[in-house]
This record gives sequence, C-alpha cells and structure tokens, in this order.
Amino acid sequence: MRAWIEPLLAIGLALLLAGGLLLGLGADPLAALAALARGAFGSAYALESTLTRAVPLCLVGLAVALAFRAGVWNIGGEGQICVGALVAAALGTRALVGGPAAAQVSLVLLAGAAAGALWAGIAAWLRVSRGVSEVLSTILLNFIALLGVAFAVHGPLQEAAGAYPQSDALGAAARLPRLAGLERLHAAAPLALLLPGLAWLLLFRSAAGLRLRAVGLAPEAARYAGVSPPREVVRVLLISGGIAGLAGAVEIAGVTARLFEGLSGGLGFTAIAVALLARLHPLAVIPAALFFASLATGSGALQRAAHVPKVLVQVIEALVIFLSVGFALRRGGR
Amino acid sequence: MLELGFAFAALRLSAPLGFAALGELVAQRSGVLNIGIEGMMLTGAFAAFAAGAATGSAPLACAAAVAAGTAMAGVFGAFAIGRRADPIVCGTGLNLLALGGTGTAQRLLYAPGEPLPSAPQIAWPVWVALLALGALGVGLFLAYSRPGLRLRAAGERAEAAHAQGIDVRRVRWSATLFGGACAGLGGACLTLWISDTFVENMTAGRGFIALALVLFGAFRAWRILAGAALFGAASALQFRLQAAGVEIPYNLLLMTPYVLTLAVLALFAGRVRPPGDLARPFEG
Repeated sequence: MRAWIEPLLAIGLALLLAGGLLLGLGADPLAALAALARGAFGSAYALESTLTRAVPLCLVGLAVALAFRAGVWNIGGEGQICVGALVAAALGTRALVGGPAAAQVSLVLLAGAAAGALWAGIAAWLRVSRGVSEVLSTILLNFIALLGVAFAVHGPLQEAAGAYPQSDALGAAARLPRLAGLERLHAAAPLALLLPGLAWLLLFRSAAGLRLRAVGLAPEAARYAGVSPPREVVRVLLISGGIAGLAGAVEIAGVTARLFEGLSGGLGFTAIAVALLARLHPLAVIPAALFFASLATGSGALQRAAHVPKVLVQVIEALVIFLSVGFALRRGGR
Repeated sequence: MLELGFAFAALRLSAPLGFAALGELVAQRSGVLNIGIEGMMLTGAFAAFAAGAATGSAPLACAAAVAAGTAMAGVFGAFAIGRRADPIVCGTGLNLLALGGTGTAQRLLYAPGEPLPSAPQIAWPVWVALLALGALGVGLFLAYSRPGLRLRAAGERAEAAHAQGIDVRRVRWSATLFGGACAGLGGACLTLWISDTFVENMTAGRGFIALALVLFGAFRAWRILAGAALFGAASALQFRLQAAGVEIPYNLLLMTPYVLTLAVLALFAGRVRPPGDLARPFEG
C-alpha cells in the first residue's frame, strides 16, 4: 500500500510546487493544470498520443532502472537513444533500401539496439579498464551523440531535397505498421509492456538478476560471494544501452520516420525521473512512464491555451526526482 | 594582433570553466560530488542577467548570480547531505530543475517576440583578477589552512574526521554552498562578460566540462586552472578554424571538447586518486 502512496504524494507535491512557481511568476496554475489534462487526455487522439509517447519513456525508464539497480549510474540514456535513432535512420533511408521487405523493420530495430549497447559499451570499457566513472563518461557521450545526429542531418544523412536539416523518410518497408484501427500507436508499443515483464523475471526470478542486484546493494559482499562486479557493470550497461538504443530506433521506425536534431528532446533525462518515481521497479516503470508521457503531450496545450511555457514540465520532472529520493530516504535506503 | 585576439578569446572561454571547477574542487575535497554544476551555472547566468537588466548594476547582478548558485547548491545539500540521498540523482535533478526553471522564468518574465533587455557588463580585468585570486585563495586554503585541512579530512576519511571532533556535515555543507557560489559566478561570466543576454540552456555543457576538469587537474587548484585555460584555448581554436574557413563540419568541431575530455580521462583518470570518501554520504 505505502509503495503506491509515496509516488502519488511525490506527484501531488511536485504539481503543487510547480503551481506555486506559476503563481509567483504571474500565471494561473489551475488553468494550466486544466490545459495540461485536456492536452493529454482530452480526445481519443490525445490519449493515443500520450500512449505513443509513453512507449520510449517506458523503455528508457526501464534501461535506467536496471542500471541504477546495479549501482551503475547510466546518465547516458539521451546519447544511447540518439545513436540508436541515428543507426536506424541510416539503415532505413540508405543501406537497406531495396532489400527484402520482411527483414527491414526488424533489422532497423535490432541495429538500433546494438548501437545503443555499443555506445554504452564505451562507458563500460572506460569504467572497467580505464577507471573513468560512468557518470562522467555517459554525460560526455550524450553531447557527442547529440552533435553526431546534428552532423548527420546536416551532412551525410540529409534529405535528398536538401531543404531541411533532417533525413529522408524511412522506406515503407522499414517502418513499423500501426496497431489495428489506430492512428498513431505502432506495432512496437507492446514491447513497452513486454520488456518490463521480462526485466522483472530477470531481476527477481533469476540468478543473473540476483547477482546484478547484489552488486548494486553491496559490491564488496558480492565480490566475496563470487560475483565479479566489473563483469556485472559491463553486462548491465550493455543491456541498459541496448534498451535505450532500441527506444531510439522505435521512435524513428514507429513515430517520426525521419531523423532530426532534438529528436530525443530530453527523453533520456525524463527517463531518470520515470525510473526514480517507479523506485527502480521494472513493472512500476509502466505507470510512471504514463504519467510523464501525459505531461509531455499535455505541455503543448499548456503553452497554447494557458500561455505557460512547455519547459515547466522539466521543473515538474526535477521536483519528482527530488521528492522521490526524499520519500525513499524516510523509509531508509532505496 | 590576431594572436592577442586569440588569447583573449581563450581567456573568455576558460574563465567560466575555471570558476565553476574551483568551486567543485572545494566541494569534492570535502567529499561532496555535485554533478549539478551545469544547473547552478545556468541559474547564476539567468539571475545575473535578470538582476542586471532590472537594476542596471553590474555588482548587484554579480551578487544575484552568487546568491542563485548558492541557493541551488542549498537544494542539492538539503537532499544529498541533509537526507543522505544519492548525490548523482540529486545532481541530475538539479540540472533539470535549472533548465526548466530558467526557461519558464525567462518566458514568463519577458514578453515573447520582443528583444530581451541587455545586462550591464563587467570588464575583463575584474574577472581575471577574481579568478586568479580565487585560485590562489582556494589553493592556499586547501593546502595550508587549518579549516582547509579539516575539509580535506572530511572528504578523505569522514569517520576518522568525525572522531577527531570535526563536524563533517557542517564542513560539507559549507563546501557545497561555496561550490554553488563559484558556479553562480561562472554563470555570471556568460551574461555579464561573454554576452549581455540570456539564451535558454546557454551553459551548453560547460558545467560538465568543469566537472571533468576537477579530475583532469588531479584535485589541485593550479592544475585545474591550467586545464581550464587549455580547454578555453581549444574552444577558441575551434572558432578560429571556423572563421578561417577550414572545411570541418561545424558540429564535428563542436564535438572536440567532449571527445578531448573523454580521451584525456581515458588516458589519465586511472592515475588520479580521488578523495577517499567522495560521494559517500556521512551517517554520523
């Protein structure tokens, strides 16, 4: 019971504080909240948009939760999403064009996941064999990946028309089909339910999950029990990066069809808030992702109808992060 | 003339890094790892801009930046020291808070579409003097003063320091707030010197470079300053190359400081020994 109340309290308090900020800056917090809710749930289309937005948040939130569980601070979700999207776009607009249709989507998604894993793998290598903390390396890798996307869409991957800094659209065969009868939600959406389930099994019902949690809770004790912390660090970073990279590829193949700057739009950081609100529980990531997705889709209406800047959403995310750790500590540890 | 211009550009680009990194050095030496430097700098930059534009007074603007940076460090401290929450999580939250908070405040306080007012400027010799004095002060404080020794003890072996009668949490609180003040000052460089206006997310990763500089400078004030100068020069070179029409894509040039930092860390990080109890919350 308490496990539910505290995250809800964190959300409530965060909204209250954000409302206070709006009041202080001369805006109407109630009108803002109404606009936010309308934008997120006000129509079938809005609802579907919220669900579509929740998919990558759920995946990357899961990636963060797994890493944090093992005591590995993967702050690099943003960069891993970017390289996943970059590789997906490169394959879908260039390399795979004309290839066998049946294989294209799956190749695009797999390659995105592999790219994300490799990108996180750099941080794993740096930590394990060069002694560089993953906190610093994943943050720096974020900047490099973001600029890599910018370079690609201004250079080698820019659309043939050359009008905008964006890639061509993916060929039809490389795109994810919509779910039956829906306008926006794509065929990879069920992954956002499936992967957290698998992660739950891995974490709580397998020896590998036990090792991973042990390293996170007490690395020294784990070492005495015969677990190799460096190996677990590498493993969890590869998994975490792979899931984030997959999310990037899913966004390209299922939502935007094109690569452009700002595609990830802070998703990697929102995902940290998702994971913390979910208290690093793989299944709780799903409702947490839905909450932040509704903020994201509602923020457009917030800006249009209530004239409150979209970036307020980031303030709410930050408040949820602080309040989540605040509550977790009252209970004594994470 | 060209060389003088280059040196000046390098100086301008290294000063914000230098201020922020010196503050973080003190925090880390006391055992506090605050990765929210970027957020404290950004808040400082915005506070300096807003206060400067409203009052027209550069000293007041500077004071506002210091206050804002310190306040943000206070938020961090309340959770990371007060509640012993994980510092990495708190630092990440701080960065998000600053990004969203300054963005929201900017758009609500200044009418969209209209040009932003400009902030008063502080002449470069003042900044250079401040930075040089700051580095000297921090270096001497850490190496030779009694409070500096206590601060290092709190960061090295908090339990032992506590047993010696040192109030570890108090020391860490002071160091954290000092770090915030310095980061705020670094942010003020951006709006009171490098430009006279505020742009959303204008710190653009400088806080993270400053974070890397502490390690790069092996936790020594003068080495950190040298590192900041090196990075300033690299950034200035990047703009110079661009102006000279060298055919390197812009985004790849922008990538260089991050790649450089990563490469330097890969080569040297293993040889640097951070304070023993860095990022370990003190339970006492």
